[in-house]
This record gives sequence, C-alpha cells and structure tokens, in this order.
Amino acid sequence: MLQKMYDWIDERIDITPIWRDIADHEVPEHVNPAHHFSAFVYCFGGLTFFVVVIQILSGMFLTMYYVPDIENAWKSVYYLQTEVAHGQIVRGMHHWGASVVIVMLLLHTLRVFFQGAYKKPRELNWIVGVLIFFVMLGLGFTGYLLPWDNKAYFATQVGLEIAEQVPLIGTQLKTLLAGDASIVGAQTLTRFFAIHVFFLPAALFGLLAAHFILIRRQGISGPL
Amino acid sequence: MSDKKQQVSRRQFLNYTLTGVGGFMAAGLLVSPLRMAIDPVLKESTSGDLVNVGISVDDITSEPQRVDWTITQVDGWYESEPSRSAWVYKDDNGDIVALSPICTHLGCVVSWEGSEQYPNQFYCPCHDGRYEKDGTNIPGTPPTAPLAIYEQEIRDGILFLGNTISRKGA
Repeated sequence: MLQKMYDWIDERIDITPIWRDIADHEVPEHVNPAHHFSAFVYCFGGLTFFVVVIQILSGMFLTMYYVPDIENAWKSVYYLQTEVAHGQIVRGMHHWGASVVIVMLLLHTLRVFFQGAYKKPRELNWIVGVLIFFVMLGLGFTGYLLPWDNKAYFATQVGLEIAEQVPLIGTQLKTLLAGDASIVGAQTLTRFFAIHVFFLPAALFGLLAAHFILIRRQGISGPL
Repeated sequence: MSDKKQQVSRRQFLNYTLTGVGGFMAAGLLVSPLRMAIDPVLKESTSGDLVNVGISVDDITSEPQRVDWTITQVDGWYESEPSRSAWVYKDDNGDIVALSPICTHLGCVVSWEGSEQYPNQFYCPCHDGRYEKDGTNIPGTPPTAPLAIYEQEIRDGILFLGNTISRKGA
C-alpha cells in the first residue's frame, strides 16, 4: 500500500532524487562507532539536533495552554502542571531539554575544537555554529522568564542589568529588551515571548540549514 | 546459501529495523504532547449546579418576566461570573416554566412581546423569529426549534435554575 502510494507520487513528481540527496551519503569508517567505539564523540551534533526537535515539538504543544500575560502566565502554567493530563511531562521535556541541549552543544563544540575540525576549509561552519550557540543562549534566557514566577523575574532582572553594562548603548539595549526603561513587567513578558517563539526559532532554523548544507558540501573532517 | 531461505534481504531488514526504531522513538516523544493536547476532550464536563436566581415562587405570575443572575464559571485557570437570564412564568397548571432567551435560529436574544405587532409571543429582533408563550417556534418564522428550557428546582420557595435543555423542532 505505502509502496504503491510512494510509486504513484514518484511517477509524477520524481521525489526519489530529493530524499536520496538528503539521506544517501557515506559515513566514513573513522566516524562510525561500530568500527571504533571512540567515534561516539561524533554523535553530539546529531544529539543536539535531536534535542532541538524535542524542544520545538514540546514548545508547540505548550503554547496550547500558556498565556504570555502577567495576570495569567503563572496561573496558566500552574493549571497545565496540576490539572492537565501529561502537562507536567510535556513541560518537563521542555524544561530539562533546555539544559540538555546546552550540554550537547557544548560537547559537540569541544569535539570540533579538540579535533581541529574547524580549520580550513570549515571556518565558516565554525562561525555559523557559534551563532547557533548564541541563539540557543538567547532562547534559554527568554524562555526562563515565561513561567513568571519569582525565580524567572529576578533572573531576568539580573540578565537585563548585565545587558545594561554594554558600553555606550547599554541603557538603550536594556530598554529594547525589557520594553520599558525601568519596569520588568507586562511589556517585558510579551516581548520575551515573541522573541522566544518567533524571532529566535526563525533565526535558529536558518542557521541550522546553513550548518547542515555546509557540512554536506564540505564533508566530515578526516581522521586524526 | 539457498535462494529460498533468503526471504528478507539485508536492505529490507535494515529498512524495517530503522523504521521500527525511528517509529518507536517518534511515538515515545509524541505520546505525552498528544495526550496533553486532547485533554479538553477527555475531561469530564462539570454540569453546573443549580443556582439561586433571586426570585421567590410567589412573585412569579402567569405573565413571563425576565430574570437575570450570575453563575460562577471556571474556565481553565480563569474564573469569572458571567450573567444568565431566563423568561419565567407559571403555566395554566401553576407549574413554573423557565425559558432560555437564546433564539434557536442564530443565537440572538428574544424578549416577551418584543414587538408590538405580535402580542403574547416571544420576538427576536434579528430576523423576526417568533415563539408561542410555551416556547414553541411559530412555523414560517426563521427558528426551527422551540426555546430551550432550564433545569429547575424550588428550594424554600425560591427558584433555582441549572443548565438549559434544548428541545426538538416543532
């Protein structure tokens, strides 16, 4: 059945070369843990992506209940945690995944750094990777405020004061982030929500696409 | 190696294994989010308790009068007190009738003798829908069903109303 459906589509629009391009590529012996167990270090990039997928999925479902408003944000999270079946698990996935993604990203970065895999001709991909790291930190920072509890509020207060230390434009930068010169409140929360679910994910998708296109074009770096 | 025994090729085996493992992981990932998403459908609907609408049985006459009251509504994390209203009167047997004012055509609000042209009828201003005193829709006007009726109970001579019960078209 599935084969027939696939053939029907393939006959008309020739999709085989598309997924072949994506899926069919050689995995060199030195990155295959079946040959050398130590090659598991090459898994961290893929694991980072896997956790990112979990974050996107769980985040999409969380917005079914979450309200980015100072009156209702905490209440909606509390409702999700206590009244909705599996709500605790889905928020748990997003909460813990946020930390795991940073850990995986760091391990991936360490592997690339100590193997010297960032060297010519892969410098550009290293730069893209560093940008992805910044976007991830931004996602972590903006997401931290959203439950609108005490920890979230004061962490953001501190984060904004750090942003204020930037030379010359510090004050403006803080106002831009918080939506108000002195208050961390209603406008801060909606701003952080918009940045967390629209702006940074859009940037992340673009950067991830660039990261993957580059690695496919240049191939994985050779053995040590 | 004989050809007969080789019913599953290595390629097929690998495909099955990868699809199986991938499917298992995807399913494991999606179980909780999907269960959370469909939670409103699986939640038991809490039928509202009967509420004191603030009118004593003695004050109810054979002439329909509008009664307004508020109910306590819990909508997820949001609690509010929306208002409800009913047209209440005693029928010929002395039984109390409490009709919902929501027109069964498109949900406007009807009122008793809302039009001077139609005495002794409920009238909906939106599309000239009309109902008899007992709530039956008048054929030839837009509504296709009678006005809904409220669950009712009398406690200590005071009228209590609950959910509306819709009735079949005449």
